[in-house]
Amino acid sequence: MKDNSAGYVMRTLAICCVCLGMTAPASAQGFAGLGADAEGFSHPARDLPIVFPRDHGPHPDFRIEWWYLTANLKDADGIAYGLQWTLFRSALEPGDAPGWTSPQVWMGHAAVTTADAHYVAERLARGGIGQAGAIAAPFTAWIDDWEMTATGDGIADLNLRARGADFGYDMALSAGGPLVLQGDAGYSVKSASGRASYYYSQPFYAIRGTLQLPDRDVDVSGTAWLDREWASQPLGETQISWDWFSMVFDDGARMMGFTLHDSEAGDFTAATWITPEGEATPFPDGAFVSEPLETAMVAGRSVPVVWRARLPDKGVDVTVRALNPQAWMDTLVSYWEGPVTITGSHTGQGYLEMTGY
Amino acid sequence: MTGAGLTALLSHWRRNPWQLLTLVTGLALATALWSGVQAINAEARASYAAASDTLGAGDLSRLTRRDGQALTVAEYVSLRRNGWLVSPVMEGELRTPGGVVLLTGIDPLTFPTPAGAGPSATGPMQNLLLDDGPVLFAHPDDVPLLTGFDTDVRPDDRRPRGQAMADIALADRLLQGDGQLRYLVVAPAQPPQTVPLPDVYTISEPLAQTDVSRLTRSFHVNLTAFGMLSFAVGIFIVYGAVGLAFEQRRPVFRTLRALGLPLTRLMALLAVELTFFALVAGALGVTLGYLIAAALLPDVAATLRGLYGAEVTGQLQLRPVWWLSGLGMAFGGTAIAAGSALIKLARMPLLSFNHPRAMSLHAGNAGRWMLLLALVLFGTGALISQVGEGLFAGFGLLACLLTGAALCLPWVLAVCLSLAGRISRGPVSEWFWADSRQQLPGLSMALMALLLAMAANIGVSTMVSSFRLTFTGYLDQRLSSELYLRVSSAEQAAEIEQFLVAWSVAVLPIVSVDLREGGLPAELFGLRDHATYRDNWPLLSAVDGVWDRLAAGQGALINEQLARRQNLSPGDTLGTGDVVLGVYSDYGNPAGQIIISEQQFGARYPGLSPRQFGLRTETPDELARTLRNTFELPADALINQRDLKDFSLSVFERTFSVTAALNLLTLSVAGLAILISLLTLATMRLPQLAPVWALGLTRRRLARLELLRAVCLAALTGLLAVPLGLGLAWVLLAVVNVEAFGWRLPMFLFPWDMLQLGVLTMLAAFLAALWPAIRLARTPPQMLLKVFSNER
Repeated sequence: MKDNSAGYVMRTLAICCVCLGMTAPASAQGFAGLGADAEGFSHPARDLPIVFPRDHGPHPDFRIEWWYLTANLKDADGIAYGLQWTLFRSALEPGDAPGWTSPQVWMGHAAVTTADAHYVAERLARGGIGQAGAIAAPFTAWIDDWEMTATGDGIADLNLRARGADFGYDMALSAGGPLVLQGDAGYSVKSASGRASYYYSQPFYAIRGTLQLPDRDVDVSGTAWLDREWASQPLGETQISWDWFSMVFDDGARMMGFTLHDSEAGDFTAATWITPEGEATPFPDGAFVSEPLETAMVAGRSVPVVWRARLPDKGVDVTVRALNPQAWMDTLVSYWEGPVTITGSHTGQGYLEMTGY
Repeated sequence: MTGAGLTALLSHWRRNPWQLLTLVTGLALATALWSGVQAINAEARASYAAASDTLGAGDLSRLTRRDGQALTVAEYVSLRRNGWLVSPVMEGELRTPGGVVLLTGIDPLTFPTPAGAGPSATGPMQNLLLDDGPVLFAHPDDVPLLTGFDTDVRPDDRRPRGQAMADIALADRLLQGDGQLRYLVVAPAQPPQTVPLPDVYTISEPLAQTDVSRLTRSFHVNLTAFGMLSFAVGIFIVYGAVGLAFEQRRPVFRTLRALGLPLTRLMALLAVELTFFALVAGALGVTLGYLIAAALLPDVAATLRGLYGAEVTGQLQLRPVWWLSGLGMAFGGTAIAAGSALIKLARMPLLSFNHPRAMSLHAGNAGRWMLLLALVLFGTGALISQVGEGLFAGFGLLACLLTGAALCLPWVLAVCLSLAGRISRGPVSEWFWADSRQQLPGLSMALMALLLAMAANIGVSTMVSSFRLTFTGYLDQRLSSELYLRVSSAEQAAEIEQFLVAWSVAVLPIVSVDLREGGLPAELFGLRDHATYRDNWPLLSAVDGVWDRLAAGQGALINEQLARRQNLSPGDTLGTGDVVLGVYSDYGNPAGQIIISEQQFGARYPGLSPRQFGLRTETPDELARTLRNTFELPADALINQRDLKDFSLSVFERTFSVTAALNLLTLSVAGLAILISLLTLATMRLPQLAPVWALGLTRRRLARLELLRAVCLAALTGLLAVPLGLGLAWVLLAVVNVEAFGWRLPMFLFPWDMLQLGVLTMLAAFLAALWPAIRLARTPPQMLLKVFSNER
């Protein structure tokens, strides 16, 4: 019986990937194939700026895209929670087609993290039949019964929900600041050789709602951060992993920083400083520095769960500590994603994503 | 000394090559029958395992529309968007130049995976993962059929023949929109639902386990039981041959021991010798078993396909599991057969004489123990039949009955012989009976084998004949329409119905939908109220006015299989909400059936129109021709009732051809056992025959008496085998059959068959006794005289 089911899993996955022509999760094509060859797809260009509301919607001519929302929450007793809602789009070929033959594949990840538990759910769907997708205006993005839907113009006010086998949430979000274009007006360089993606964020959401946990429902509120990014070949072939930080400081400022690890060319970093009013300052490679301080064994891997992150230009020198070191996303493409607390020159909270461990 | 000892021991076989041949043949036959059956079983199991591995959709619940219609993509998406974790399965027929292939399209993105299946499982599949482009998976034999479709076709021997699988997008493209979502598979773990399932859908439970192996298990237990029986009979031969060899070599043993060969060394040498024979005979047997299995497998495969729809490849592979088990059985069998001879040897005083009378007295002691054991076995059998349930209880009962009867046999025969001796007058006849009784212990093993073989023969042939009689009658009832018509569309159906009005042909629509009742597949039929059914339908039990109530839509008829499976009887309520009005026999069908009225069916499934019709006509051939010409029907659209009957009967005949073959083999083996036992006795009996010869009975007369004795004993055994065989038949029909196939059969007696078997058995015994008798008739007088001068 056991052998059968193991064989069955292997087969299903193999069929899944063979039928769809999916690439291997980790190969010589950057993490999750993000460095894979992208012939026929569109590429970001500096002279083609982001336009709203059009660019809230999907870009089927680009190979990959995501709607990535993370939130730091607290309940009435001050207990901290993290929440993630992500919709990935991945195109096997550029463009779209109605019906089963659509080359668009959608993947949803949802998670709720507490100090001692991490609930994860994953959904997969193909485009073309309406099971998953996104619409620019009025904005909505969905997969199955999970959805992120605007209640007004643009994406300033959202309803958000997702449900897994053992958890779920229903949230309402309202933006307290403007959209932030990352990099050069949304053109975000990802390597020294100039690979790039379109990248904008809404880091000013106030979020409120209910978490459904296995043993109880909890009313929570806090801050949320939405990242929108699309590209066709954002990473170099040797860029195998990254560490990405979003920080919401107690004084109202926000900061985004990432380090891309390259197996040959060395690390590439970038950061954006966002004032409480929403004015964004991008920083070039090298301005932002992150170094691991402590690791933990997570899902059989050694993963850094305490970091020192610095942006000397803004006097930032903080310690970033995972709320729950075991926040491993055991999904088809697996990675670490969880809420963090920030102490040091600045205090606050945020989210940390680490891939390629 | 060891070498000399071994040479001395082996010289016996050089002098008696026939004996060596019987020993090896017996063991090889026993092993062959056993390993042949095992080979068939192993092959079939491997096929099931492969089949149940292919999609795994059988383990999952299915969501279907209540009205039996296919689901639309919009419906599927709507269910997903309401939180239901369901996955579409598209099915359609792919027409290829070489035939039709059933193409199943699944959506790997949503197809449920068992809980905890992380991405770690992908590793070894890297080489497959890096491929791109759409892929079609098909059985290697079907790959050539599918090459014309401009897609990568992968051979996958886990696919059943004639069925291919692909991603749903590719399936949709290849089927050009003809593919239908007949059902969605439902993930075992659903998130807590907030939206209830719309009423137009229904979720049926998953098949209880892999239902093919569950259904066919009984068939294999059946085969295994026969294999064991054959093996047991074969072991009697080996027992006889080994006993004979030991008996004849007593002087050699004595001489060797007297020359100083230690007992342990002698025993070891004998063990080595027997092991060698077991190895040779086992290898021969396994080879022979392979041949038997290869010859029988196509029939077994046809049976399994016809009866259970289980796909078994007709080709045999060498699987270590059965040839190892065959060799093991050969060794084990030799050990059992030689065990008592070795123990006797160990206990034998160095200078003992051969005392047949003492041996017989000793045997009488053993006979009492055997009788006691038989009584215990009968008691256990009675207990099992009262308390036990299921197939294993049935076989347990059989085992107790057969073994018990076999153990009783020597005692019963002894009683019969002493009774005969008491009523007989005259010295010769009194001596004849007394001498027969004396011979009994030596012959009892062979006679037990004969009893078992005959009883099995009577039992199985009674079952098969009863089945044939019932089944033929049943087919006459069930296939009451002369012609069966299949149409391609509702429009064509209407046209043909219109046309048939002029022919004054009664048209009986046959409309059905697949569903699951109690977690197992079942078919629901809508039946038009017609005299054809009222007159002919084979009802086993029913409420009063069953047909009127069925026509009025007050309930349903179910087949015997469903009734037994779910323990339903008239008056009970089905999962579909219908009240059971009656139960009908439905031989040869593994699935459950439910019949409701045509009107009710129409109300429940408004979208389903009948595509099959039974036509009552006096002139089926003419009508078939006319219909074919008028409507340009394809060849398979019209089926003549006669052909259908022939097909059904052929499925049935094949089912039992395997049993019949094993039966015949078993009986021949029993005949061989008698021959060997008589040969064994012949040498031992010389000291007893010599005095009778000296008193004036000629060698010829003695030989005739020997023949008469063999026939008498066989006849007596045969007589005893009759009640035992009938008991066996009853257990097979009323217990095993119900468990194995889901229906009970009435038992018919076939005295003529039994008489034939009796004559055949006596003939076999006569032939078996002929050679020893001829030898006796030709024994030189000096040999007989030697008995007096030299008591061995």
